[in-house]
Amino acid sequence: MAKEECMTQSTTTRDTSTLRNRRTGPTSSREALQALEDSQAAGLSPEDDTQSSNGTSHHLSAGGHVSRDPQSGGVVLMLVAGLSFATRLYRITEPPHVCWDETHFGKMGSYYINRTFFFDVHPPLGKMLIGLAGYMTGYDGSFPFAKPGDKYEHHNYWGMRGLCAVLGSFLPIFAYLIVLNLSRSYTAALITATLVICDTGCITISQYILLDPILLFFIMAAVLSMVNFSLQRFRPFTSSWWLWLILTGVNLAGALGVKFVGLFVVLLVGLNTVWDLWRLLGDLSLSLVEITKHFLARIVGLILVPLFLYVTIFAVHFVVLNKSGPGDGFYSSAFQSRLIGNNLHNASMPEYLAYGSIITVKNLRIAGGYLHSHWHLYPEGVGARQQQVTAYLHKDYNNVWLVHRPDNNASQPGTADLVRHGDIIRLEHKETTRNLHGHLHEAPLTKKHFQVTGYGIVEVCGGRKGDLVKVLRSKVRFLHRATGCVLYSSGKTLPKWGWEQVEVTCSPYLKETPSSQWNIEDHVNPKWPNISLSVLKPHFLEILLESHIVMIRGNSGLKPKDNEMNSKPWHWPIDYQGLRFSGVNDTEYRVYLLGNPVVWWMNLASLGLYPIMVAVASIALQRGFSLGQKRKEHSLVLQREGGLLLLGWLLHYAPFYTMGRVLYFHHYFPAMLFSSMLTGITFDVLLKSTDLLLRPPYSDWLRRLGLLVLLLSVLYSFYLFHPLSYGMTGPLAHEPGSAMAGQKWMDSWEF
Amino acid sequence: MLQFPLVVTTQVDVVLVLVSLLAFWTRLSRLSSPNAVVFDEVYYGQFVSLYMKRVFFIDDSGPPLGHMIMALGAYLGGFDGNFVWNRIGAEYPSSLSVWSLRLLPAVCGALCVPLVYLLTLELKFSHLSALGASVLLLLENSLIVQSRFMLLESLLIFFVLVAFLSYLKFHNQPNSCFRFCWLLLSGGSCAAAVGVKYMGVFSYLLLVGVASLHTWNLIGDRTISHLSVCVQCVCRAVCVLVVPVLLYVFWFYLHLTLLHRSGPHDQLMSSAFQASLEGGLSRITQGQPLDVSYGSQVTLRSSASQPIPCWLHSHKANYPIRYENGRGSSHQQQVTCYPFKDVNNWWIIKDAGRQQLVVSSPPRPVRHGDVIQLVHGMTSRFLNSHDVAAPMSPHSQEVSGYIDFNVSMAAQNLWRVDISNREAESESWKTILSEVRLVHVNTSAVLKLSGVSLPDWGFRQLEVVAEKQSKAHSLVWTVEEHRYGTSQEQKEREAELHSPTHIDVDRKISFWAKFLELQWKMLTVKQEDSEHKYSSSPLEWITMETNIAYWLHSSTNAQIHLIGNPVSWGVAHISLLAYQLLAAIYLLRRRRGLKDLPDGVWAQFVCLGYVCVGGWLVNFVPFLLMEKTLFLYHYLPALCYLHLLSPALLEHTHTQLLSRSTHRRALGLCVCVGLVCVYLSYRTFCPLTYGTPELSANQLQALKWRDSWDILYRRR
Repeated sequence: MAKEECMTQSTTTRDTSTLRNRRTGPTSSREALQALEDSQAAGLSPEDDTQSSNGTSHHLSAGGHVSRDPQSGGVVLMLVAGLSFATRLYRITEPPHVCWDETHFGKMGSYYINRTFFFDVHPPLGKMLIGLAGYMTGYDGSFPFAKPGDKYEHHNYWGMRGLCAVLGSFLPIFAYLIVLNLSRSYTAALITATLVICDTGCITISQYILLDPILLFFIMAAVLSMVNFSLQRFRPFTSSWWLWLILTGVNLAGALGVKFVGLFVVLLVGLNTVWDLWRLLGDLSLSLVEITKHFLARIVGLILVPLFLYVTIFAVHFVVLNKSGPGDGFYSSAFQSRLIGNNLHNASMPEYLAYGSIITVKNLRIAGGYLHSHWHLYPEGVGARQQQVTAYLHKDYNNVWLVHRPDNNASQPGTADLVRHGDIIRLEHKETTRNLHGHLHEAPLTKKHFQVTGYGIVEVCGGRKGDLVKVLRSKVRFLHRATGCVLYSSGKTLPKWGWEQVEVTCSPYLKETPSSQWNIEDHVNPKWPNISLSVLKPHFLEILLESHIVMIRGNSGLKPKDNEMNSKPWHWPIDYQGLRFSGVNDTEYRVYLLGNPVVWWMNLASLGLYPIMVAVASIALQRGFSLGQKRKEHSLVLQREGGLLLLGWLLHYAPFYTMGRVLYFHHYFPAMLFSSMLTGITFDVLLKSTDLLLRPPYSDWLRRLGLLVLLLSVLYSFYLFHPLSYGMTGPLAHEPGSAMAGQKWMDSWEF
Repeated sequence: MLQFPLVVTTQVDVVLVLVSLLAFWTRLSRLSSPNAVVFDEVYYGQFVSLYMKRVFFIDDSGPPLGHMIMALGAYLGGFDGNFVWNRIGAEYPSSLSVWSLRLLPAVCGALCVPLVYLLTLELKFSHLSALGASVLLLLENSLIVQSRFMLLESLLIFFVLVAFLSYLKFHNQPNSCFRFCWLLLSGGSCAAAVGVKYMGVFSYLLLVGVASLHTWNLIGDRTISHLSVCVQCVCRAVCVLVVPVLLYVFWFYLHLTLLHRSGPHDQLMSSAFQASLEGGLSRITQGQPLDVSYGSQVTLRSSASQPIPCWLHSHKANYPIRYENGRGSSHQQQVTCYPFKDVNNWWIIKDAGRQQLVVSSPPRPVRHGDVIQLVHGMTSRFLNSHDVAAPMSPHSQEVSGYIDFNVSMAAQNLWRVDISNREAESESWKTILSEVRLVHVNTSAVLKLSGVSLPDWGFRQLEVVAEKQSKAHSLVWTVEEHRYGTSQEQKEREAELHSPTHIDVDRKISFWAKFLELQWKMLTVKQEDSEHKYSSSPLEWITMETNIAYWLHSSTNAQIHLIGNPVSWGVAHISLLAYQLLAAIYLLRRRRGLKDLPDGVWAQFVCLGYVCVGGWLVNFVPFLLMEKTLFLYHYLPALCYLHLLSPALLEHTHTQLLSRSTHRRALGLCVCVGLVCVYLSYRTFCPLTYGTPELSANQLQALKWRDSWDILYRRR
């Protein structure tokens, strides 16, 4: 296939282009752009694949793939690298206070340094890297990261920000290389790199202690490795082939290890791989054995290696965090017993449940929560207006219950009997002295079940095989004697009136599921001797599974609040509204995460332009119009490479429409990178199609002019909007006298 | 020249006729029993009543065509709309012809059976397969139940099947001159399917996908001239894309033409929309002066508070000095948004430069950009805002009725009128039509409904704030009731405000404006997403873990349930799996150059996959992503596709995969046994399908094939 695409260029023009490239140094970006454009004009486009077997160095080899002139490629690449590092690292320590989500991720970095266990909805790799960077640069984990706006003072925060900025600086480089390797066009690559370098949004999001730069780094690295891997397809099973395959896998694991959004790039690579295998399968010159080898190699490289790395990340996470912390309550009793400082770690308590004991009861569903009640009634219209009973994930004095006999209210002194399977007991909420009660009213959310309230006297009968109820180890069900239903945690979050705790119901379906099983966690009874309990240590895979379910629950639990300004996915591509990273008023130092509008609207335009161009090209091909060799090749680039990037954009954007969780503007950034790369290819082909309009010499001029205008307008817009990233002070933009006066092009921007 | 004898030769497919008769018998027999409201009839019935009374309503669950078809049945049966649909199980009065209410859905449900027969033939399978498919559909208890009542699914399935049948007719007759009639019919049925339920969109998209694939092949066909290709593509686009959209709008045109009286859902709509309905707001606003002038008495309605409307309101109560969380307030008079008509909703527009509160003659209209003051009619407080945090939304400014406490807090009661839809209207402020933003002059904040309700001290009314720099829809207010003030004295004015308004002009808004507003409301009005006792999750449908109890006799154990025929249900899903396996094997082998099937058979096999498996996918997968309350009946369209698939797949197995005659005979035997099983299980569940005969508790217990089914017993 590559052979068809190869084009023989006249050698004379290439010589002149080399000369011109030598003449320009990387002093000013504008000059370099000019040079590059010249080299394009001279026809330095697709090259022979056979040139590029030396995949030793990442950058050089990629350059080498494309050009017979590694110097010019190298120079441009160095320029892109230099500019991106310069823009990302400039004023990295400003502002010297906590910005936006730094309060979360900085704090979690500190937890790693302090080895304190915590709960977060994202996988641990990103925060581990942040913690590591902090540790290496001398941050001691003592800064509390309490809220945005807190001054760092003497704490060493630049290391953590630096890591993010350095990783973020690779984005333009990767984008450049991906587009170059896909389209073999310097112009396209250069447009892409300029867009990404000059995008204020990408700069801002790279400059703070956030997971996004790390995630974006791994996503782009994975795509780059995938593209490079497919360039190696004519030399299967060589070392460079293996290298890129494994690198793809490693980066996939990295992306998935930072945020679950990484799943989308896994999907992209997966689809691409399936397509690749399908192509191989259709190649009848390959034997089935060969195809099986290909298949197995991809299983190893793209499934087993990432899976192993991903699991390793979690293993490190659990080994490092061995002290009890704020996230304990989200996990099961067995899990908690691993953590130093937790009350279940080397716990000692009475072994068997007895009457008169003070207990907490934890649901066995993963992330099930403690049986909880509080001084609040169910609101009117929700069953009986009695006291709420919920499940609550945090440890709280309202989780404490007393075990009584059914007949008398006060537990009889002197008799200290053990609770046995089949006994009838009464659970009294210690704080409010209400009894656990159920009745035939519909439960608030799960209409098939009955409501549970804290009111009146009602018997609960407990038990499971075995005579005595072992604390921690027995799985207990509470059957309601009057209605025969079983105490059940539905896992649904109650609305505001229930403080967004989890619904507890009485289920008439008696199947034994973890949702209806509970265990006794804390157990205090002075009449019985404490016995040291070595709770069964959970297996690593159990911990892994449990932590994932807890994370997924947490993620879906992030529902938009009523008052909060909620960002909608359709806002994002049009750059409708940004995020305040720091500062609100005109006296404060303000940083506003907003994409460079020129860049984003260009991307938007190309998203509109691309389908039209590809439709025209496809119809022309399908209808069999006689196209020139060059044009046919452009059509193919649009169809295949453009299609790949469009798929990437779609995969990273469309799923957000179906998500119920709260969404933020920064979720668009992975999609934005794909969109920028697509813009590079689209505009490149568009500019090369100028000869449809004009005859050769004029069309060339038009093409150069178009490219120049494009790049200059992007650069100028960067000059206009750079204060968004590097900080603004003084009056807000809608007031005269502001540095940003007149640049508030949309009323929804808040700077 | 006539030739004698005049001979008409017709061919009648006796099997088809027989199957159709059976279908009508299963769907239509004893249609009026039970003579009580069954399940969702309670929901659709009220709409039918409203159609009969020509009262406007809005149903966010779907477009109006399905409701209209049911209303047509009711109309033909002479239903006058006087029945209160308040609970499931309520007995119908004898005056009401239940039969006519249920007839049209039942007929459509019955017609699905012959349609499936024809569709199988059109997919180029044999008459035996066609018979098999129609028998599966015929004996599917869930479809029977769903067809026999005033429910929409049978209509939806009917239109979808017609759409696919006519599309395939179009596709299979490349040279017929009628073919574009078929395509037109296909487009029309798609519009009808979407018009019955939004779910029809999935099938429509599938059809568009198949059509574009075929069109793509047409474009690739280089034996046809460019011109011919262009003409064909345009014709197809018109039939499949343009016609359905126009028809869809037409359903709404009918809907809005039929319903011209105001009713319970008026308040969801904008003032202009309401004013176009007979009665209701138009009665109040008839003859109101159009131009809001200085001295006008107005009520200001927020366009943001959905679904309940609310009006700018104030009353003799002040903000508490300190809120529960310790923040302070200005302690001035509360300004809220109140969802009921009230005399305290009246405000008077005052010129900041003059004292008078009456309209001068001639009236001086307020124009865009004018600065006004708003005086509360009953308390004479000025609408005021200042840099004090609002009670519930501390980021915004408090809005109050100004009271001078002499605490060096000057009145800031000037507001600039900003008419946001002024391109469409002239620049003066019009009653009902103008959408106005009130911009606070001192702080350039905009009057806004925050959407939060105040605690008890604010009587749980809605909070009104002023917010800077935001341009949301929640900032727009419209004048709803309006009259020219005539009394300068406070006492007289109070009396004037208490008196009702009246007068007379009919304001029209265009159909398109009404259509767009109604459509937008239908898509955005959120109903409460609470779980229903019989709701289920999509994955439970495949194994039929759930059922829905539709009706239970008020005293006996006679009951009707939505339960599928378990045998055919199982067969359907097994064949789905088998098709996918077979397709995967064929595809892989073809890719390696091993063609198991001749090209014609392969094309037939692929087409079967597009229609049946594709139809199942588009009608099932989207539900996995939905976050609304779902029921088993949402699965019925997908199930129909599977019933089409299984006989065709068996035929494929018979003709292509089995070469030995003994194997073929064995397969035939299996099919016969399977059909008998289908029939037997149909018979078994008949009592739950038709509601007769009544079963004893033990018999019901025996029918509870799955633990998770909810079958009801009366305890005696």
